Amino acid sequence: MGVEGIGASVVRKEDRRFITGKGRYVDDIKLQGMTHAHFIRSPHAHAKVKSIDSSEAMKMPGVVGVLTGQEIVDDKVGNLICGWAITSKDGTPMKMGAWPAMAPEVVRFAGQAVAVVVAETKNQAKDAAEAVVVTYEELPAVPDIRAAIKPGAPQLHPEAPGNVVYDWALGDEAAVKDAFSKAANVVTLELTNNRLVPNAMEPRAAIAEYDEAEEHFTLYTTSQNPHVARLVLSAFYNIAPEHKLRVIAPDVGGGFGSKIYIYPEEMVALWASKKLRRPVKWTGDRSEAFLTDAHGRDHVSKAEMAFDKDNKILGLRVKTHANFGAYMSLFSSAVPTYLYVTLLSGQYVIPAIYAEVVGVYTNTTPVDAYRGAGRPEASYLLERMMETAARQLKVDPAELRRKNFITSFPYQTPVIMAYDTGDFGASLDAAMKAIDYAGFAGRKEKAKKEGKLRGLGVSCYIEACGIAPSKAVGSLGAGVGLWESAEIRVNPVGTIEVLTGSHSHGQGHETTFAQLISERLGVPISQVSIVHGDTDKVQFGMGTYGSRSIAVGGTAIIKAMEKVEAKAKKIAAHALEASEGDIVIENGEFKVTGTDKSIALPMVALAAYTAHNLPDGMEPGLKETAFYDPTNFTFPAGAYICELEVDPGTGKTSFVNFVAADDFGRLINPMIVEGQVHGGLAQGIGQALLEGVVYDANGQLVTASFMDYTMPRADDLPSFKLSHTTTLCPGNPLGVKGCGEAGAIGASAAVINAITDAIGNNKLEMPATPDRVWHAIHG
Amino acid sequence: MSTIKLTVNGKAASVEVEDRTLLVQLLRDHLNLTGTHVGCDTSQCGACVVHIDGRAVKSCTVLAGQANGSNVTTIEGISKGDELHPMQAAFRDNHGLQCGYCTPGMIMSAIDIVHRHGGKLDEDTVRHELEGNICRCTGYHNIVKSVLDAAGRMKVAQAAE
Repeated sequence: MGVEGIGASVVRKEDRRFITGKGRYVDDIKLQGMTHAHFIRSPHAHAKVKSIDSSEAMKMPGVVGVLTGQEIVDDKVGNLICGWAITSKDGTPMKMGAWPAMAPEVVRFAGQAVAVVVAETKNQAKDAAEAVVVTYEELPAVPDIRAAIKPGAPQLHPEAPGNVVYDWALGDEAAVKDAFSKAANVVTLELTNNRLVPNAMEPRAAIAEYDEAEEHFTLYTTSQNPHVARLVLSAFYNIAPEHKLRVIAPDVGGGFGSKIYIYPEEMVALWASKKLRRPVKWTGDRSEAFLTDAHGRDHVSKAEMAFDKDNKILGLRVKTHANFGAYMSLFSSAVPTYLYVTLLSGQYVIPAIYAEVVGVYTNTTPVDAYRGAGRPEASYLLERMMETAARQLKVDPAELRRKNFITSFPYQTPVIMAYDTGDFGASLDAAMKAIDYAGFAGRKEKAKKEGKLRGLGVSCYIEACGIAPSKAVGSLGAGVGLWESAEIRVNPVGTIEVLTGSHSHGQGHETTFAQLISERLGVPISQVSIVHGDTDKVQFGMGTYGSRSIAVGGTAIIKAMEKVEAKAKKIAAHALEASEGDIVIENGEFKVTGTDKSIALPMVALAAYTAHNLPDGMEPGLKETAFYDPTNFTFPAGAYICELEVDPGTGKTSFVNFVAADDFGRLINPMIVEGQVHGGLAQGIGQALLEGVVYDANGQLVTASFMDYTMPRADDLPSFKLSHTTTLCPGNPLGVKGCGEAGAIGASAAVINAITDAIGNNKLEMPATPDRVWHAIHG
Repeated sequence: MSTIKLTVNGKAASVEVEDRTLLVQLLRDHLNLTGTHVGCDTSQCGACVVHIDGRAVKSCTVLAGQANGSNVTTIEGISKGDELHPMQAAFRDNHGLQCGYCTPGMIMSAIDIVHRHGGKLDEDTVRHELEGNICRCTGYHNIVKSVLDAAGRMKVAQAAE
């Protein structure tokens, strides 16, 4: 390893601009002649739009235009799409209602846009919006998933009778029935996975500019995947063909999934910029983020697990109802199916699994992938089940897990996934040692004497990352391939630009990816630029989500680098009058092995571009591209243990210790990896203790601000104790697995297992607020 | 409309704004100091924290008119040329930031925390004091580390002056 190569915790190259206030986020950008958009949003969760009168608003100062949902439909801008087709168990395709960018006739969630005001300033747009008169005819709303599937419930879309999008299943129902018939013990569990708001700190924003001379659009947007945005805007929304649309995602202030999707506001900004012949900027405020950013989770599940007399798992049966909100967001259909049920084997040998998932429309904000996306729901269900089972079977929870761990790899689960490698015992051992598992009983006793209820909770998670092999996801209904691209340009003086289709919105790619180059070519990371987030610079890419950037994007860089090295070796061999096979690369030098002859990378690069003395027939230049399609998912896994105390008088929970032992394969920059785990843990703990969306009976979002929705703050969280165990991923040359979502996937169950252990009552839903915990203790 | 005269990062500024203009809007929209961010609309997140006459203030909660005649320091004004403020350096060295959006407000709040508590900072105090700044990326672990590290560096820097 070089000082800046693989395994080095170098400080981030990108930090200087952020700590000096020089980051460039979408809202920081101003264009000549730019106007400002403000959306008029429905105050009702379900209503007919009877009329929109903008005559007074049009007379107000600075107003450039007021555009409505009917106009965007008339201009044939496409409806929003869902990009993953799911087939119900009866063979029928999923049943989707139309989602126009602004509602022309019916609104189905509070906050849905019906019109937009465009004015010279933001304040003028807001003032004029007050003068637009929209009349609605209210319809009965159904925000609750249990109510939505009852006979007689208000119906959202005529295409989806009973509000059911699909009724899907995976696994072997007969084998599970057989397993349960042989069971010595059956453990049942009902639970809710609470709805969350992603709340990236930068609200979504978009600036659209139409160049009439070139018939060309530019969109600056808060996106995790600008190329996917361009693809969808071109192919489905009829905004402009790809060569006439440039999408730029500059610095983006967090995503967590919520900035994967192409939202109505970006579509409207683009459409309006052409219609009004002015650049249009929209910056959402936090209230709009709560109302319109895709929410996460929201499952109601019932699970049963069968054990034999030796406490070995025989089978698992799950039925989940997943709330999709009012419309099917871009990847929503895949989240509670192929990203959820496929992880229900967890770290365990479970010979038979059968899971049914009913996807349901409600009059709420659309739901889609949020950090972990389906995998936190699977992990929470399974790890609550293992803890519940251990208590019911009166065995140690860690030992029950260990008894059922998968220990031989590769391992084919009954739910599609084939785990390539892992050592679940090693991570559990590491976590137990870190928290002094053996000493817990004594600590619990001591706490009891002090009037506190102390609990310990284990969670052993696994996730499928490195999303994803294109052929495999295509066969399961995905509308896109999930490969990644990289282009490496070695410039004539030896500096290097790496163009990647991955997108960094906090993950530190500008540093981690540069370390890959430094490791192989021996150049300092200061000589390497990582270029991303602009469809005019990077040819194509699938973006960043699903902990895919290092495993898929990083491997694409390695593949491109192999091609660069191969050509550079030919040039070096020619210059050194040696055989190509004798050239080795060491610390930025191309050496003839066994001699003292060498040539430095900048000289090789210069030779490539001067082209005065290249091997016969070789093209000048030193630039290579690779498209890498993974052969399998990667499987990060680990063990989290939480120790906490509950004050029985108040129901308040206080952390004593939180330990995490993760296996991410090879770590490129351990400092960045640990940062990712910290952030994930905070979101998992937030879900367990603090965060939860509440709608009232009419579909009004009660938790629509930071005053009402409890974001984790510094004094809500402990410092974390992290450690790593390592099994190298055999599926990619770096041996990496990905680390972005692990914390959010594994943490919630550890916390709830610990609280229920402390209070001796297993009936506790997230978020476990002091009020809920107090009632769980005192009834 | 009103004319607001104030000093921002050591430079005098005179800006004509609507009376309803917030200080954060004056800084971002009129003075192009876009390092100060807006992360919410309820004065909860702290992404907009600046110093007014040396005190940390959420600039989304202050009318531009209220800052008339005052001395405002933003994230752009705390380094000395290329030399980072010790708090900035500590955030970089301890990986106290990821997406960077909350970072300017965090740094401005943290400097104020160190000023008010001097050398008596511990983890619990830092966590309590950061209650008005929300970060979604870091889980605060490395932010707390950064602030404690910077407290030491600032003490050394002060002693040297």
